Amino acid sequence: MTKYLLTRLRQSLITLFLVSIVVFAGIRALPGDPALALAGEERSPEALAAIREAYGLNDNIVVQYARFIGHALTGDLGNSSRTGLPVADAIGQALPVTLELAALSLLLAVVLGIGAGVVAAVRRGKPEEWIANVIALIGLSIPTFWLGIVLVLGFAIAVPVFAASGYVPFGTDPVDNLRRMVLPAIVLGSGLAAVVMRQTRAAMLDSLSADYVRTARAKGLSKRSVVGGHALRNSLVTVVTVLGLQLGHLISGAVVTEQIFVLPGFGKLTIDAVFTRDYATLQAVVLCTSAAYILINLLVDVVYSVIDPRIRLGGAR
Amino acid sequence: MTETVLESVRGRVGEPVLSVRDLSVSFRSDTRTVHAVDGVSYDLHPGEVLAVVGESGCGKSVTSMAVMGLLPPTARIGGSIRVGGRELVGAPEKELQKIRGKDIAMIFQEPMTSLNPVLTIGRQIGEVLRRHQGLSRKEARERSVDLLDLVGIPAPRSRIDEYPHQLSGGMRQRVMIAIAVACDPSVLIADEPTTALDVTVQAGILEVLQSLRERLGTAIVLVTHDLGVVADAADRVLVMYAGRSVEEAPVHDLFATARHPYTRGLLGAVLRPGGEGKRRLPEIPGLVPSLDSQPDACTFAPRCSRADDTCTAGRPGFGSVDPGTGTDAAHRAACWHPYGAGEASDTLTATPATEPARPDQEAGK
Amino acid sequence: MTTATPALPTVPQTAKKRNANGRLRALRRNRLAMTGGIIAAVFILVALLAPLIAPYDPSQPDFGNVLAEPGAAHWLGTDDLGRDQLSRIVYGARASMQVGLVAVVLAFVIGVPLGLVGGYYGKFADGAISRLTDTMLAFPFLVLAVGLAAILGPSLTNATIAIGISQIPAVIRITRAETLRLKHVDYVGAAIANGGGDGTVLFRHILPNATSALIVQATVGIPAAIIGEALLSFLGLGVQPPDPSLGVMLSGAQSFLAPAPWLAVFPGLAIVAATLAFNLLGDGLRDVLDPRGGTR
Repeated sequence: MTKYLLTRLRQSLITLFLVSIVVFAGIRALPGDPALALAGEERSPEALAAIREAYGLNDNIVVQYARFIGHALTGDLGNSSRTGLPVADAIGQALPVTLELAALSLLLAVVLGIGAGVVAAVRRGKPEEWIANVIALIGLSIPTFWLGIVLVLGFAIAVPVFAASGYVPFGTDPVDNLRRMVLPAIVLGSGLAAVVMRQTRAAMLDSLSADYVRTARAKGLSKRSVVGGHALRNSLVTVVTVLGLQLGHLISGAVVTEQIFVLPGFGKLTIDAVFTRDYATLQAVVLCTSAAYILINLLVDVVYSVIDPRIRLGGAR
Repeated sequence: MTETVLESVRGRVGEPVLSVRDLSVSFRSDTRTVHAVDGVSYDLHPGEVLAVVGESGCGKSVTSMAVMGLLPPTARIGGSIRVGGRELVGAPEKELQKIRGKDIAMIFQEPMTSLNPVLTIGRQIGEVLRRHQGLSRKEARERSVDLLDLVGIPAPRSRIDEYPHQLSGGMRQRVMIAIAVACDPSVLIADEPTTALDVTVQAGILEVLQSLRERLGTAIVLVTHDLGVVADAADRVLVMYAGRSVEEAPVHDLFATARHPYTRGLLGAVLRPGGEGKRRLPEIPGLVPSLDSQPDACTFAPRCSRADDTCTAGRPGFGSVDPGTGTDAAHRAACWHPYGAGEASDTLTATPATEPARPDQEAGK
Repeated sequence: MTTATPALPTVPQTAKKRNANGRLRALRRNRLAMTGGIIAAVFILVALLAPLIAPYDPSQPDFGNVLAEPGAAHWLGTDDLGRDQLSRIVYGARASMQVGLVAVVLAFVIGVPLGLVGGYYGKFADGAISRLTDTMLAFPFLVLAVGLAAILGPSLTNATIAIGISQIPAVIRITRAETLRLKHVDYVGAAIANGGGDGTVLFRHILPNATSALIVQATVGIPAAIIGEALLSFLGLGVQPPDPSLGVMLSGAQSFLAPAPWLAVFPGLAIVAATLAFNLLGDGLRDVLDPRGGTR
């Protein structure tokens, strides 16, 4: 167990290291003077010199990289070239919005996806399976941003139940917060729910025909215990893996969703940084996103090994 | 208790714990109907071991699954299966759930895959106890330790928190037995319990089953195609062929004087004094008939050296081999031309497979 | 634009050919897959014949006729500049298909050789390629696209490159897995033992037999690329207005949701139809081609 986790941790760190090089090099690969890029609108020779000095752009590239990493590790991600404020603060403000959005979407995807997947597998060949399959396929084929627009049309304009834009912190007004977060969460979670449903169904069909399910039935267990305690428990291994692989899409999807619903989250920060050519922010945001992604994948592997004792205890005897 | 058990083993007293009457199972698909089991009947008395023998596809496993009520929904089941006086055919699933694992339990051929890989064995045993006996988590755990001990697993207290992949095949089959006998069922169905295991491990598993029968009085249906296992463990034998019962007899009688030509074929060289003992079923010329139809004839006739027009013109009844002893006789067969008690077998055209001799089997036990 | 088919030679004398007819028949029996295939074909035809089909010039404003409801003159209505929606959707489909095919070809041209090398030679090459794949996967698609747009500037070409790059890891993984599997198949082993050169073994024996898996991957990649293009264009990182693209149209429609909801509905339906079609076709192909049966 420990050995396995250490191996995974080492791999993650290597990947993270490579990612940081790519991000760092990416910004330096910008056409022209990086100081120009970092300067934003302020492009007087003095300002550029100041930036070169401030960012140490006159130093050896390796030294620059080491400093970049050193600062990043202490939480200093530089200052926005647009606002002049620390990027770390901007990220600190944006993160809760995105995390709430992601958490709600994930909840939705897991509950709906696993639920529908189990029903489709248990009711194989019945109308329930067919309906679940069709809905999942449509869910996979509808682009998130269009679903967002359609939902706004339906539930914010035609029948104004939910709000179409803006963010109110949960602490300030929980009801208003949810009123504004429901549509974005549906938009972001639906595609994931479809993927989870399909995988759950496939995994459940596998495990429902397994010998140990026959054993469970031979024990006289109720259908609920057989399906939930035995078949689903085994299927979760696959489902968690798929969830992990799909979380990258969740990050991408958050960018779009925040754009549609004007939520001041991580994604909005990213897109704004691109359009305002705020490279310091962009560099930090991309690094953070990738680090988060790597971390999530590591966590998925940990969860995976908790669910499946064969991985946790692999070759113990 | 012990006395009655022993008595019943020898003398078939009391009501049968399991009574199967005219059981038929068919599977219908869009294109064809397969009659997997066709009119099988047997009784199982307390503490008795009944071996159900036959080639693969003869319906012996389907019969067991029907008794457990574990056949897929596509199966059509006819006849009657009574356990402790309760009718199982047509009983609602909820009723069956209360009986399965409590009154009848089953162990399967594949110990490697029959346990859930992601649950501890303690949980998998305890589950049955909690379901049927309403034990608390803690009580179930204690009882599970006892059960592991009962089936001969060393250091049960430390094994209880292990996962199936940490145990060997033989150990896993012992766990399966522990699960099966957890609620002290009156009937235990063992479907090829030793087939997937090493020869050395097989003996141990059979020993466990024997001791359970002696200590708990559990009646066992032992489904197998291994005549060595039959000779070692069974009291009575039911031979099946193509979904029908062809012969039923106490184990000694069967090995000594099998009456049905198919049974003789199965026993092959075992019957010839001084001949080579054989463990596996010998080859009998011809093919097992398709189960698509239920012919009004003897299904073994096409492969039988004694077959004549009678055999293809009507289905033989399953009755006593010795006239005058009635249908309830101990030795019964379904054949128009059964062998007499002392009659020698016709020469088999099939060459017996060459396997090491097992002299201990010659006498049938 | 579509002349460069993926680097897949036609399947030679393998078991596949003998089964080809049976597989085609199986595919034809799958009604959902056939429906998908037909819609996909229509979509490709529309993209190819856009100038012949579009009733109006997609970029020609008509200020006397803005935000017209769907009607006889403009079947799907007009946008805020009076441009014909149907014509813009037809041309938008053209952009979608272009990106869909080019991005997938790009991903295959780079991913297939890397996957072959990684799977066939193993050891150091495999390790290096696997780390490369991991690193690429560490950038979620949109982050990658955003980064590229920031570096290269937003345009259809750069969006295509970003989408293509984002699909490379999947292509590498699938090719690598197939290569690993096929390396141990008897006839490939025989070819290696008979002294077949690496090139011969890879391109005559392994690649043709990996075609099924790669075709399935392509049917996954194309709809993903179509959605990717619409997404990037929607965010302003892809096709730049006034050029028509389904994503650009949706982006513009957002400002007129209340007065002209049809502007948001039809381009979206076009995207859904195209992706659903390819997904259905892909599911059907997977059932028929992939012996280890993907979803089923």
